[in-house]
Order: sequence, then C-alpha cells, then structure tokens
Amino acid sequence: MKVVIMGCGRVGAQLATLLDAAGHTVTVLDIDAYSFRRLPPTFGGSALLGNGIDEVALKRAGIEEAEAFFALTQGDNRNIMAAQIAKHIFNVKRVICRIYDPLRQDIFAELGLESISPTRIFADMLKKKLEGDG
Amino acid sequence: MYIIVIGGGRVGYYLTKALLNEGHEITIIEKNPIVCNTINEELGTICVRGDGCEASLLDEVGMERADMVVAVTSDDEDNLIACQIAKHRFHVPRTIARIRNPQNEILFKKLGVDITITTTNIIIEAIEEVVPTHPLTHLLTVRDKGLELVEVKIPPKAITVGKTLKELKLPARTTLVLVISKDKNPQVPTPDTIIRGGEQIIAVTPPESEEALRTVLRGA
Repeated sequence: MKVVIMGCGRVGAQLATLLDAAGHTVTVLDIDAYSFRRLPPTFGGSALLGNGIDEVALKRAGIEEAEAFFALTQGDNRNIMAAQIAKHIFNVKRVICRIYDPLRQDIFAELGLESISPTRIFADMLKKKLEGDG
Repeated sequence: MYIIVIGGGRVGYYLTKALLNEGHEITIIEKNPIVCNTINEELGTICVRGDGCEASLLDEVGMERADMVVAVTSDDEDNLIACQIAKHRFHVPRTIARIRNPQNEILFKKLGVDITITTTNIIIEAIEEVVPTHPLTHLLTVRDKGLELVEVKIPPKAITVGKTLKELKLPARTTLVLVISKDKNPQVPTPDTIIRGGEQIIAVTPPESEEALRTVLRGA
C-alpha cells in the first residue's frame, strides 16, 4: 500500500519504519531535513523535505496515488488542515491525524475526521494503571 | 454586532481599531501575553489571552452569541481551524479567514469558511492593475470546481497572431469563453476564430494550467 506520512518526529519515524518493514511504500514529509535522522539506515522508503499543508508538496510526495495519509506533526491545526486536504482535495481513502486537544478531536470527529488523541489515551491509561494497581 | 477577532497582530489590531470606531463590540483572542497587554492598554480591556481554537476559551468569550468571527493570524492552518470550530461548534453565522497561500482558497471555501481574503492575490491584483502589460490576469475563482476565470492579453507581435484557435493545443479542462478586441463587439470564440494582436481572451482553466495556457495563446 502507498502511504504518505506528514511529520518525521518520533511517532512519524517509528510508523514509517514499521510500515516500510511490513512491505508498504512509504513517503515521509517533514519541513526540517534534520528530522530524517530518526529514520534507520535500513529504511527503504522516501524522505521528502516539504510542508504537508502545501498541495504542491503533497503532490510531490505522491498523495494522488496514496491509499493512506497520516498527519503527525506537533501542531493540531496543521494536522487537521493537512488531513482535510488529503481527504477533500485528493480523496485519499484512509486519512488519520493526531490531535492532542481532546475537545478539538470531538469537534472534528463530528465533521468526519478520523483522529487519535494521545492526551486522552495516555491520561486514561494512567488512570487505569493507578486504579488497577490500587 | 459582536465580532470576535482571532489574532492580535498588526492586521488584528488595526482591524479592531476600525471596527470599534464603527461601534461594534469586539473581543480579540491572542496567544502572546505581551501583545495582549499592549492591546489592552491601548484599546481598553478587549483582548483575551489564549488559543482561538480552544473550545473552553471560546465558551468563556461568548462565541455562541458572536455574529462574526474574523481569523487573521499569520498562519493559514490556525485561521482555517478557528473558523471551522466557530462555524460547526458555535454556529457563528459568518466566518472570515485571512489566507497567505492562494492555493488554500478552494479548500477553505469547500470546508465552509464564508469569506476568504487572500492577501497575496490582493497584492497581485494591484500590481496587475498598474502594470497593464501583465500577460495573464486572474479574474475569479470558480467556487468548488478548482477552476479560475483568467484573462490573457495577446501582444501585437505574438507568434500566434494569425493562427486559428483549432491550430492551438489547449491544456486539459481549459475553455476559451470570450474574445474581446478594440474594434469589434466581444465574440464567443469558435475553432475558426483567428487570433489578432491586442486582443484579450477570457478563459476558464485550472490554476495549475495557467502558465501552459499563457504559452499556448501568446507563444513562448
């Protein structure tokens, strides 16, 4: 499957590595070339310098042929905007983004955006851990 | 009217000043505490420090009774998300966003932002107005269709002068709609229309084909 990942931070790089090892065709996009140091030497996909909220950069990353798009930068708004470009302009089948702010996640879930909020998940996990241990 | 301005930079500041003078009720939301303090000292306590996309803060400033939200931060993504939240969560009747990257216009309209102001295009239009030789003028964005209405001026000595339109290979999804010349009434072009120097040709084209269209009609 052809996959485009926006943001080569810890999560983006880890996901790119996993998907590449599983045989998918991966392109990672980041505005800072220094981020690509997180990709292992064995990484067989492409790393591309560019801004994921710029349609030209997304086209260069092959978004038109991509079956999945992940928006994993540090900025919630950047992720939401990129995800909506992938979904509504390029009609990518599977679009998933990270939204730290749980309230913002709720609002965009209503608008049909698939997302994961690490804040919500991690807080829940910590609570369960405490209650489970107690 | 109650208007919420998102972003207290220079645009937000002068906009607020003008709107206050017209008698509107304004709240500015600005992330930077120093900028926020300056505004409050100069314009009265109207600036709230915070994130224009955070629903709890928007509750506090009474977003649900706002008649209009104007998002004028320097980042397109922040303006888009602020307008979407205002629209879908708080049902604000009018949302206005400032855009820097002209490509984003189509996306913003598609996602429900009512009015977009693309500063880059405004400056380009001003240049086109004072520099009439500019070969291609952007006239209008066709809503939701990814198309633009443009005007191409044919120079008197262009290599295409004297050719018929059927001899030209237009870019995909491009249609010529009108030919305007000085001495005749505007005409709807046919394949046999002959290109003459000094004419203006109005066409519909996707933004990415603008350059190709210009080259086809005027020569390299």
